[in-house]
Amino acid sequence: MKEIKVDAKCLQCPGPIVQLFNAIKNADPGDVIVVEATDKGFYNDVQAWCKKTKNELLSLEDKGDVIIAKVKKV
Amino acid sequence: MAKKTIIVFSGDLDKAMAAFIIANGAAAMGDEVTMFFTFWGLNILRKPEGVKVKKSFLENMFGKMMPRGAERLGLSKMNFGGLGAKMMKYIMKKKNVNTLGELIENAKALGVRLIACTMSMDVMGIRKEELIDGIDFAGVATYLAEADEANLNLFI
Repeated sequence: MKEIKVDAKCLQCPGPIVQLFNAIKNADPGDVIVVEATDKGFYNDVQAWCKKTKNELLSLEDKGDVIIAKVKKV
Repeated sequence: MAKKTIIVFSGDLDKAMAAFIIANGAAAMGDEVTMFFTFWGLNILRKPEGVKVKKSFLENMFGKMMPRGAERLGLSKMNFGGLGAKMMKYIMKKKNVNTLGELIENAKALGVRLIACTMSMDVMGIRKEELIDGIDFAGVATYLAEADEANLNLFI
């Protein structure tokens, strides 16, 4: 189990979820991906993405200028 | 795994970008995506450089009048003879939006299947050699078979 950081700041839609998708693909089950994004849509998108791909959204924070999501690969 | 199909009929920059953003998004959601390029949409897949191929006079004229590749497309609205498209690309670059060329590359990397409609190619006099690498060539039956299995089908 490891933590993988993904810097998706400055990327526009669908950049952040593409980065998350690629990171999950290369991760092992149980690994946690921490995505930082500035795309405003990412807050809702990451929730939809997790629901659809059945990965677990551990936490989601909107810090104003950056959105941070922690996703566990199932 | 779900499947999505998109028919890309338009050769406008804005519409092509919308199509590829949806395709990349769907692929990132874990879906299988097929894009079927027909009529003006074929121009998106043209290589930017001129390729020497044998064509009839009319095919040649037609080919010269249509944009060669993703970089040369115009906007569906407010194009102003290409000025609008230039301005839009400038703004999108400043806002860090992927270019259409990048979106196409990403789509390929994500495994999106790109299919060029062979009938449109024949009508418009576009040869296989003039289109970018890594795409398939097929007809309406291939698209319909894919659409049968899909739960989303868009015509753009």
